[in-house]
Amino acid sequence: MLSQLHTRAALAAVGVGLALFSLSASPASQTANSVDFERDIQPILKASCYGCHSKAQAAGQLRLDSKNAAMKGGISGPVIQPGRASESRLVHRLLGLGGEKKMPLGGKPLSEEQVALIRKWIDAGAPWPAQASGEDDGLPKHWAYVKPVRPKVPEVRNKAWVRNPIDNFVLAQLEKEGLSPSPEALRETLIRRLSLDLTGLPPSVAEVDQFLADKDPNAYEKLVDRLLASPHYGERWARPWLDLARYADTNGYEKDRRRSIWKYRDWVIQAFNKDMPFDQFTIEQIAGDMLPNPTTDQLIATGFHRNTMFNEEGGVDKEEAHWENLVDRVNTTGTIWLGTTLACAQCHNHKFDPFSIKDYYRLMAIFNNTRRDVRAYGDTSTKFVEPELELPTPEQARKREQIRSEISALEQALKTMTPELASEKAQWERGVVEAAADWAALKPAKAVSSGGSTLAVQKDSSILASGQNPETDDYIVEAKIPQRGITALRLEALPDPSLPRGGPGRDPYGNFFLSRVDVELLSSAGAKKLRIRKVLADDGRLNDKKFQQLWSVDASRDEKRLPRQMVLLLDAPAGSPGDTVRVTLHQTSEFGGQGLGRFRLSVTSSPEPERIVGVSAKLRSVLETPAARRTEKQEKDLTDYFLTVAKSLESKRKRLTALRKELDDLGIVTTLVMGEAPTSKPPSAIIRLRGSFTSPGETVYAGVPENLHPLAEGDSPNRLGLARWLVSKENPLVARVTVNRIWEQYFGRGIVETSEDFGTQGARPSHPELLDWLATEFVENGWSFKKLHRLIVTSATYRQSSAATPELLEKDPYNRLLARGARFRVEAEMIRDIALAASGLLSRKIGGPSVFPYQPEGIWDIPYNDDKWEESKGEDRYRRGIYTFIRRTSPYPSMLTFDAPSREVCVVRRVRTNTPLQALTALNDPAFFEAAQAMARRVLSEKEAGADDSSRAIYAFRLCTSRRPTQEELNQLLAGLRKERDYFARHEDEAERLVGQQPVGSALPQAQKVELAAWTMLSNVLLNLDETLSKE
Amino acid sequence: MQGEQLKAITRRYFFEKSAFGIGSVALASLLNEKLFAGNPGPHFAPKAKSIIYLFMAGGPSQLDLFDHKPKLNQFDGQPCPEELIKGERFAFIKGRPQLLGTPHRFSRYGQSGAELSNLLPHLARIVDDVAFIKSLHTTQFNHAPAQIFMNTGHQVVGRPSMGSWLTYGLGSENKDLPGFVVLLSGKNQPDGGKSCWGSGFLPTVYQGVEFRSQGDPVLFLSNPDGVSAETRRRSLDLLGNLNRTRFSVTRDPEIETRIAAYEMAYRMQSSVPELTDLSKEPESIRKLYGVTPGRPSFANNCLLARRLVERGVRFVQLYHRGWDTHGASNNEDIVNKLASLCRETDQASAALVQDLKQRGLLDSTIVMWGGEFGRTPMNEARSGSKFLGRDHHPRAFTMWLAGGGIKPGVTIGKTDDVGYNIVEDPVSVHDLHATILHLMGIDHTKLTFRFQGREFRLTDVEGEVIRKVIV
Repeated sequence: MLSQLHTRAALAAVGVGLALFSLSASPASQTANSVDFERDIQPILKASCYGCHSKAQAAGQLRLDSKNAAMKGGISGPVIQPGRASESRLVHRLLGLGGEKKMPLGGKPLSEEQVALIRKWIDAGAPWPAQASGEDDGLPKHWAYVKPVRPKVPEVRNKAWVRNPIDNFVLAQLEKEGLSPSPEALRETLIRRLSLDLTGLPPSVAEVDQFLADKDPNAYEKLVDRLLASPHYGERWARPWLDLARYADTNGYEKDRRRSIWKYRDWVIQAFNKDMPFDQFTIEQIAGDMLPNPTTDQLIATGFHRNTMFNEEGGVDKEEAHWENLVDRVNTTGTIWLGTTLACAQCHNHKFDPFSIKDYYRLMAIFNNTRRDVRAYGDTSTKFVEPELELPTPEQARKREQIRSEISALEQALKTMTPELASEKAQWERGVVEAAADWAALKPAKAVSSGGSTLAVQKDSSILASGQNPETDDYIVEAKIPQRGITALRLEALPDPSLPRGGPGRDPYGNFFLSRVDVELLSSAGAKKLRIRKVLADDGRLNDKKFQQLWSVDASRDEKRLPRQMVLLLDAPAGSPGDTVRVTLHQTSEFGGQGLGRFRLSVTSSPEPERIVGVSAKLRSVLETPAARRTEKQEKDLTDYFLTVAKSLESKRKRLTALRKELDDLGIVTTLVMGEAPTSKPPSAIIRLRGSFTSPGETVYAGVPENLHPLAEGDSPNRLGLARWLVSKENPLVARVTVNRIWEQYFGRGIVETSEDFGTQGARPSHPELLDWLATEFVENGWSFKKLHRLIVTSATYRQSSAATPELLEKDPYNRLLARGARFRVEAEMIRDIALAASGLLSRKIGGPSVFPYQPEGIWDIPYNDDKWEESKGEDRYRRGIYTFIRRTSPYPSMLTFDAPSREVCVVRRVRTNTPLQALTALNDPAFFEAAQAMARRVLSEKEAGADDSSRAIYAFRLCTSRRPTQEELNQLLAGLRKERDYFARHEDEAERLVGQQPVGSALPQAQKVELAAWTMLSNVLLNLDETLSKE
Repeated sequence: MQGEQLKAITRRYFFEKSAFGIGSVALASLLNEKLFAGNPGPHFAPKAKSIIYLFMAGGPSQLDLFDHKPKLNQFDGQPCPEELIKGERFAFIKGRPQLLGTPHRFSRYGQSGAELSNLLPHLARIVDDVAFIKSLHTTQFNHAPAQIFMNTGHQVVGRPSMGSWLTYGLGSENKDLPGFVVLLSGKNQPDGGKSCWGSGFLPTVYQGVEFRSQGDPVLFLSNPDGVSAETRRRSLDLLGNLNRTRFSVTRDPEIETRIAAYEMAYRMQSSVPELTDLSKEPESIRKLYGVTPGRPSFANNCLLARRLVERGVRFVQLYHRGWDTHGASNNEDIVNKLASLCRETDQASAALVQDLKQRGLLDSTIVMWGGEFGRTPMNEARSGSKFLGRDHHPRAFTMWLAGGGIKPGVTIGKTDDVGYNIVEDPVSVHDLHATILHLMGIDHTKLTFRFQGREFRLTDVEGEVIRKVIV
């Protein structure tokens, strides 16, 4: 991909730019006069015909992937008449002549240019060169599908430069091109490069000094060993693996809820730190659960394929969701271990690589035998749920058992009626019924609507609304109160046949929405607003601040519309007989037209006004039915409800609540794992035509792709067999693909640039023999990553300076030949880690649940999910980037800006962009600016920094780049510092705001705020240097 | 020197593009020569330069807004004919549902006589500028996959969104603003998440940049407290000097790109606040849209979209979420909630078309309005709910488009008597994408990007330009 871009840029440079814009033009326009089969014809056949006419599926017995077979023709005879295109059936069918359907069937017709090419080729005698005859297996063997053979290490002229065989391969090619390698990088550069590459962290100033002072000829190798042994090594190398594994902390899709699988992330870190061999690393992740007596760690490892997304939308078809998981598992496996885009074969036989649609579904069948339970999800759907592993400590396990048994005893007690409870219930029932007698209805003296509804007072003192139904309405009701010491006001919402569907509200469903109620007492002393202490109701929703709602009900499910009531408890008893109460009912809703239809107000002086709403509106109608006439169901509902409010059970209920919380608070860690279902039949999968779930085809049984090596003797076609097959020494791809990805991390570009695709459509390797040598070396070294790293970083190739010369830029602008070291902007996580390390804020804690560093408000805003980003406390705010919580639909903004993926799907190769949004982030993101503030305090307070401007500037520069500034750079820094100081001396208020209220890092007296402000800005600049953000 | 040489390439590229009549080059590309091979378009003279896509996330009910079915009202409450739903999968409907007539009134408007429900009085004013497609269909019936499909042409995340393809193909015409801007209103972000405007396998510079309605319009645009514009200028001067000094040693052209990126960030610090300050708009315009400056709303976003397009932004996408009117509660039914959503969006959507037209911008700007799928002709009645609502319906739904080469005042496609199936001119999501790209001067089969060994495109392997909707 990039190689094409470069070629094009290079073409532009030599002035043939105009041709660039026809980049998607058909091959014809690019063709000179003669037709070349391999260049012009075979690609057309591959793209348009092989799908049905090749070895895998010779429709009409015609194959076009082999010279002999193609010339022989199909059922209806030869299709190519060399020299006579017009008489060739191939051409007829492509043009749709002779009343037959145009080929390719169901595919996009060939362009005129393509057909013209084929005609020209046939007219020219259909020349088909032997090397493209495809006689072996229908497809020429692509280099990547041939097992690597350890190549001979080439001889070079400049033997002195070579440190290990890598250098022979690189230098041999340089010498061929007439280039020489660059000198070794400065030691400061080397230690920063090595530290970033092996641990993802920059070296401390002390570590740099120590390395500079180490005169041992093996100082470099010692440094390599120290860094490889660092526990931060695992963190650094886990990152690219977690991109492949699509590790994240949420399920993805709509609701995107949290999941707990960080134990898997920690497993990866530890596996790297232990230098677990890659074959074992593979087997444990794909099939750890199928190993004999698997350890807990081996189970945790299987989280690898549980990193698939999980759509919790209610309407998702569980079979289809499961199928999509399988698709992801097959594709991810193919990408990581085979460097192959199997996804193509999901819909049709792979057009370019030797994988058939059957191969694809055979692989899918291997993953189709996992354990999964059907579980109800929400109130409307069921989903497949795969296993979760609980990881309690022994202490937690003991406690859990204890709590669980107490809970079940309490639950039993809370639903068992006893004679004592029965009499309590009878008393309770009476109390609720009799409570009505405490209330006196208000006889409205005035009832008006602000919105234009017609309000009419009824005989029973209720008020009925009719006429116009305004969007919003306030009802104002005034009435004399009949008694003194009013403790509460009651609002009854009543049904009425004149209302939509019987009311009690005026919206089309008969519902209402009350947004606020104001109560005022009008006496000789004037008007006084009465404060409301509490609001209670026997139905509906109360006090939803989000919707500015006081009370609303849904009456739509009533068999017969019921009355409902709300009680407003006053702060203190108020009023005397003769006073007037004015009640204003505000009805402003999102939808409008939702006023009360019929309602009644009443008051009480009872000390227990809440008794009236002691049961729900629905149960009240049961309560008011004499016990003998209640149905069994009604009686049961009443009893069930009573048990939830019975005073004598109060302490038990409280205990139960407390216990449930205690159980939650145990904080038992869980993690997602794979499990295999017991089966006697071979696992199978159904082929989905055109890759569409809704088009099932034939059933195939578990197996590995036919054109690659077979399963090992004794291995079954299941996950464990597959895992072993992937890391078999017979697998031509796995070692190449793996070492290539590692190489890419070091040099910014793989030996095969398309590290995600080693197929025929991928890029050719820049150093094919080096790739094969590394691949075989990796396997011979027992699949050890640490040995591979040591090999690469101790090569002279790696140790070169990355400074380019005009000559190198001219001959090899993209450094494909490696005549210099790599220089590129580091990855998102390292950007964060470098800033934290330089400022001294970094927490070096390893592992644990994901953390929540500073994030601006309003980033998380997920449908059907109120989850909030709550900033971590203490050192967890300053953890390495790898520990930042990853929400798939809303990734951490600064990571996303610096090209980190969302972890929704497997990503092999991150792109590397350079944008203004990155500049804004590194300059202004409070997380980064806090680093500048802390770095300033550090520079001004640490002894190592010295006490004068010069030495402090040098120290600050070294914190970021690990090297000393040149005299020119130092002059620039000091001049900059003077300017900042001058400015802030004149703008002390800005200085004060800039250094922050809460000192971060080490504390300093505020008196030095001008100084601090100046150094903060200088630190902000240094943390944004291209060199700070880059690996040189 | 190589840096100079690469800049020379930059310039040459720039001018070659101009020679093809584009006049500019992607912001991203200007800053990163490695991406220069982006912008492979246009392939022919475009009709439109910009797009404003009003994405109504959740699936607006076509049957209560656009697609009038008197038969449905006639058979309201009758069980749905078996032959329609045999073997059909629904998101929530269980058993045999009942047909549901619309509770809203329909009338004809304008010269074109387009039929609309009374919930859209403002759209009614501009129907003669609008083309309705009543025969859209999709393959997905759940929100997240359907939104991802509508935006990227594939139901699984990982492919570039339409806006990303367009900025990759055409670049932006404003060097101080991103080419693809996203504005959100309503409840939450869309169900499909940020992947709806993600760049998939295209470089991340092509992903949509979210302009937020609260806080900084672009994340981290404001300087930290106490850092004035003057202070920022000083620090960028120092930073530039130090970076240039390093460049003289390493000669890495990426350093020059970084210097340019920081300078553009600085320019954005003044251009973006100016852009998003709606208080400068005259009262008449604010009234037209129904804008209250400072109070985030869909109306504000519509006005902002016009200002973005005026400044040469290629693709502006507005999301307004909440159209998922199942009728499971009062808050998501086709009586109350649908009316309320129309109140939130109708005036501003119509105002946008009207305003673009009066400024002469409508000819070069496509405005498109629609969701990820439609809604069923049957009442969902989830768990026996009495609120009226409809389930997800991928088989037929309506979108409207205006401006930028869209034929005004026409209706394309037709559904059956109850609006269940399409009976005339079906339009797939790929067809819609092909048509939009066509109007932007791009042959959808030629805008491709090589990834994992395959040439990918927005329309996958399908898509036909809908000629009937084009002038």
